[in-house]
Amino acid sequence: MEKTYNEKVHGWGRIWMVSALAMMVLVPLVISVVIGVWPDPGKFLQAFFGIAVIYWTVTTIEVFTYAPMLGSGGTYLGFVTGNLTSLKVPSALNAMNALDIKSGSEQGDVVSTIAIAASSIITTIIIFIGAMLLIPFETILDSPALTPAFGNIIPALFGALGVVYISRNWKIAIVPVLFMIILFSVVPSLASSVGILVPVGCLIAIFAARILYKKGAL
Amino acid sequence: MDFLTKWWMYLLGVFVMVFVISQSVFFLVKSSKRAKEIGISTQQIKKTITSSMVFSVAPAIAILFGVVSLKTSLGVVIPWIRLSVLGALTYEVPAAEVTLNTFGESLGTMVSNPQILITALWVMTLGCIPPLIIIPLFLKKIQSGVVKIQKKDTKWGEIFMSAMFLGMISAFIGVVVAPKKDVVSGEMFVSAVPILTMLSSAVLMIVCGLIINKYKQEWLKNYAIPISMAGSMALAILFTTIGVR
Repeated sequence: MEKTYNEKVHGWGRIWMVSALAMMVLVPLVISVVIGVWPDPGKFLQAFFGIAVIYWTVTTIEVFTYAPMLGSGGTYLGFVTGNLTSLKVPSALNAMNALDIKSGSEQGDVVSTIAIAASSIITTIIIFIGAMLLIPFETILDSPALTPAFGNIIPALFGALGVVYISRNWKIAIVPVLFMIILFSVVPSLASSVGILVPVGCLIAIFAARILYKKGAL
Repeated sequence: MDFLTKWWMYLLGVFVMVFVISQSVFFLVKSSKRAKEIGISTQQIKKTITSSMVFSVAPAIAILFGVVSLKTSLGVVIPWIRLSVLGALTYEVPAAEVTLNTFGESLGTMVSNPQILITALWVMTLGCIPPLIIIPLFLKKIQSGVVKIQKKDTKWGEIFMSAMFLGMISAFIGVVVAPKKDVVSGEMFVSAVPILTMLSSAVLMIVCGLIINKYKQEWLKNYAIPISMAGSMALAILFTTIGVR
């Protein structure tokens, strides 16, 4: 019996996605094999734990959140190339809106896939061109005069991100932010253990959020 | 760190790029063909492609800022590869920093030995891998409605996600304000430059937000974080130059 288009998409999608998984893992694997250097196990686990607690949770939730919007093809493609919230999801939704097509339909699925494919192609090319254009400027970018700039990427990122999230949820933010400021002020050596403190911050924030939510304060 | 500029590193980058483009072209062709079969015109398909490409240029340039930010510590190729696949600036930068942090280093200067870089790359690769396992295994069931996260309480779901990010942000705010050790004298002091940089970035972000909301400059949404970061990083140079510690 001939397969439906949807069944075919799942067939192709699984093959491409498993290949993409292999491709992504191959990158660090090939580098490790070629130069003979492997991660420090203890430090890897510490850092991985700190990051995975948030991002394994967030990315898992994103699958369930975005899959119904993007359709099957869009999901198999979008989650390989990433930048979903800022780029792929808006691309797909704009494309469906422009043709007055609802997500969740077969038409929505194909239009979303077309939009995400087009977006992925152009984005990948632009990032490639941009990265190559950086190479002649490496010496300038590595100059000591710019060290204070590149040495403050984290404060720069979290100042901006802080505004985004704290402005939306300042009541939740108070407890974890104050806790961390006091903790790090009293025990500065913890600055080398941020990987462990990220999950601690998350737990405090979730706990505070749950209490506020139950009290109807959010 | 010679290996970062070896030809085979660039070949790896090209391999990833070719893979991503191939997958995109495959699905573009298949979905376009199906679109025609179900009554979407060629003109509509072409319009969808061109609009999506045009729409993506600005965000793609914004993503490049992530390559610039990470280049100093990780070289060009690794950020190029990581930002071409699953994982945005707001993931790759914390993932890299958390790893460097465990070795007592930080983003901003080239890492001191290859093992730090390799460990960071493995963390960055595996730290966001779940979708690539969940989707092949469960997407069909998710789409058919068999498996779904209970949507009883979408409000709590959104609050939960925000709380997770706030937890991460609070930890990094703590790191920024933590007293540092002077490399020469060994004394502990509160370094004002990172704090001022963070506050400058916050102010720039607020200004961007006001322009977006008041003057309806939607295009600025893609650039708000890179502009805030670039502006505050430039100010960090100024603060250091005028003698702020």
